[in-house]
Amino acid sequence: MTNNLTNKNIDILENPVLKMEHLHVAYGKTDKYAVRDVSATIKKNAITAIMGPSGCGKSTLLRAINRMHQLYPDIKTLGNIYLNDEDITKMSAIHLRRKIGMVFQRPNPFPTMSIYDNVVAGYKLNGIRMKKNERDAIVEKSLISVGLWDEVKDSLRKKGTFLSGGQQQRLCIARAIAFKPDVILLDEPTSALDPIATSKVEDLLVQLKKEYTIVLVTHNMSQAARISDYSMFMYLGDLVEYGKTKMMFTNPRDKKTEEYLTGKFG
Amino acid sequence: MKSDTITKYVLFISSLVVLLVSAGMVLSLVGDAVPVFEKFGWRFIISTDWNPTEGRESYGALPFIAGTISTSVLALLICLPMAFATSLFVAEYFRKTYVSSILGSMVDLLAGVPSIVYGLWGFYTLRPFIVSLGLDAQGYGIFTAGLILAIMIIPYATSISSEIIAMVPVELKEAAYSLGATRYEVIMYVVLPNARSGIVASFILAFGRALGETMAVTMLIGNTNIIPTGLFSTGNSMASVIANQFGEADGLKMSALIAIGLLLFVITGIINALGKMVIKRMSR
Amino acid sequence: MGQKNSVKMEAHKLKDNSAYRTLKDKVFLIGVIIVSVITISPIVLIIGKLVWEGVGQINFSFFTETTPSTFEAMTAVANNEVIPGGIVNGIMGTFLIVGMASLIAIPIGILIGLFLYENQQSRYAGLIRSLSDILQGVPSIVLGLISYLWVVKNVVQGYSALAGSVALAVMMLPLIIRSTEETMKMIPGTLKEAALALGVPYYKVIIRVLIPSGFSGLATGVLLAISRILGETAPLMLTTLGNPMINWDITAPTSAVPLLIWNFYNDPNMINLIWSSSLFLMGFVLTMNIISKRLVAKI
Ligand SMILES: Nc1ncnc2c1ncn2[C@@H]1O[C@H](COP(=O)(O)OP(=O)(O)O)[C@@H](O)[C@H]1O
Ligand SMILES: [Mg+2]
Repeated sequence: MTNNLTNKNIDILENPVLKMEHLHVAYGKTDKYAVRDVSATIKKNAITAIMGPSGCGKSTLLRAINRMHQLYPDIKTLGNIYLNDEDITKMSAIHLRRKIGMVFQRPNPFPTMSIYDNVVAGYKLNGIRMKKNERDAIVEKSLISVGLWDEVKDSLRKKGTFLSGGQQQRLCIARAIAFKPDVILLDEPTSALDPIATSKVEDLLVQLKKEYTIVLVTHNMSQAARISDYSMFMYLGDLVEYGKTKMMFTNPRDKKTEEYLTGKFG
Repeated sequence: MKSDTITKYVLFISSLVVLLVSAGMVLSLVGDAVPVFEKFGWRFIISTDWNPTEGRESYGALPFIAGTISTSVLALLICLPMAFATSLFVAEYFRKTYVSSILGSMVDLLAGVPSIVYGLWGFYTLRPFIVSLGLDAQGYGIFTAGLILAIMIIPYATSISSEIIAMVPVELKEAAYSLGATRYEVIMYVVLPNARSGIVASFILAFGRALGETMAVTMLIGNTNIIPTGLFSTGNSMASVIANQFGEADGLKMSALIAIGLLLFVITGIINALGKMVIKRMSR
Repeated sequence: MGQKNSVKMEAHKLKDNSAYRTLKDKVFLIGVIIVSVITISPIVLIIGKLVWEGVGQINFSFFTETTPSTFEAMTAVANNEVIPGGIVNGIMGTFLIVGMASLIAIPIGILIGLFLYENQQSRYAGLIRSLSDILQGVPSIVLGLISYLWVVKNVVQGYSALAGSVALAVMMLPLIIRSTEETMKMIPGTLKEAALALGVPYYKVIIRVLIPSGFSGLATGVLLAISRILGETAPLMLTTLGNPMINWDITAPTSAVPLLIWNFYNDPNMINLIWSSSLFLMGFVLTMNIISKRLVAKI
């Protein structure tokens, strides 16, 4: 099982939630891979950051995990991904995406829905009927988890788009966790936010890792240093280095990683 | 610098043409409709009598109003699912693909077919088909006219709807997919609510088109001056009564036809203004 | 704890409904495809019918001779022959009426479009824009009535090509106004400003800069407007009446291809001519359409 997966992985193979094997992703018919031969495992109840310069394939890798690429017929994905030892290509996309929540770069609450409906959007979209008190409980619990409850509890019927950018992003996180996923994927969730909103989201992620496994794409290394437990460094589609964040920042093994972390490019 | 002032004036004066044509149109229609309204008052709109016999002349527009509304509403109802499906085909399911551009061009071609050609095709192909289905013995009437009208307005509804559907942000659709929604659910809960006012506007404008169509309806509606009593009943529309009876009209009858033209002008004006308003409110 | 259980339960429910939802998704897609194909099928059927029934009648004399009399047509049909004569009076009439409508509507429409472009924000321009939108929605039969009241009753005092042209010009006008304004908005403002900064008079900027750089956009608008009015029948019934001979007098009754189709349709002896005439009209309209689309693609 651990053939050549180990070279870039240190001591984190126990208890993996996600496991990627020789993952390749290509856009269009070109033989140029945006993600090339990535193998890695993701630890449960930890924050794993994916770093790297813009265009190195971070989003592409992240979107392979919940099979977002399958929406676009031109994108080709090779290799295997396992969620709790289950091959994700053998699961229905519906089921997979319910297990893996996603938060996007720009906050994208549904503009036609109220704050309340945004939180339970996953249930509505999936055609799950609930009693009102069940629904209320989920909304309250999710909004409390993202620290938004006190701010919006009196305006739950207002449109989510009236909130500030930071609030909208936390609403999107609430929308993702209302569905109790195993994993949350976040693609540069703070790049559109101001520093105060950013630190609120960071604090929130640290809170959430108690219950969820978090994969966070960021091109902000200090963010990775602040909140992540494990870090991947990608460059031109390759996974160059992967390890404990503390180790990587203090003692990078690869020269490219070191150059990136010392700000020589990126 | 002097020439610039002249240029500005020339542009301004040409803009007056729109003002003059619009005002002149209203004044002429109202002016020539006056005799019939003086004689019959509001009864002209609510009466079903249409009798040009000298001495016993009596004109009421209700059958024609009813004919226009019923054919147009029927056309709208038929057009709804068809334009809706076609818009989804072009702007969602097969967006930016070869099939979608072919289908889109064919819809555009539908918009280019002259009204009279639709009438001919309706008369020689659609009408016999309806007869052979046993729906109606003659094949004339509200249903046939409404069906051909539907085909005629589909391109208008489709072109606006598909434009609006294509504009729904990808991020919103992806957000829904990431929550486990199927494409059908994404369309129902994300695409449609976000494109709603544009789609509504496109159908309002298409309805406005249907109200004023003349030739195809004239050739298929049966041209009987009665209020249609059912789907396969014959009737007459406002536009077709003008087209049919204009040749032999003068005096009070001419005034009655012009008054019908005025009513048609007002109704289509209101419908179009409504559609434009919805679009404007949406773009804000 | 109860909370957690209920969520677990939801997970099971979800698993259960996913097959049903996937099926619904597929069925909907198939429905969309079927309905879309049905929606576009009339264009295939219409063109097929026109070609099938019409090609046989199209010959040299179709384009060079005037319409036959009912009697000639009847004799030909009785002897199983192709109906003699053609529709040249209609073709020439269409050229005359549409040409004159274009001469009226194109320059005025472009000027008004330029005015709207120059006065984007002004309230007066907003009013003109709205009125032009309303004009665009006026049914063509009403435009026929208007032209009848203006030209037939007052100016020419008789049915005439000019009356038809006025009706069609009013129909073209809003289309040209709109396409001109849209085209002008696409031209980079710096182009105009650079020329104005050099002290070039504004009318020269219009003629030398704005119109040439927006040419293909303007041409597209014009061609689309012409293709829209080519097939108009109703307004011509009220204004130009028809004429069995070729006529170049703009104050005299004139024929047009769509009017001929209407006449043929109403005359049982001429019925065979409707298809060839329609095929010709349709071909003409579609050619215009395609040329204008080509122009768009070129920009
Ligand atoms: N939709 C797409 N079509 C084609 N190429 C793409 C697409 N999205 C990303 N790419 C290419 O794939 C590579 C990786 O992109 P991405 O994963 O978005 O990088 P990152 O998120 O690290 O900035 C880049 O070279 C980018 O140009
Ligand atoms: Mg990215």
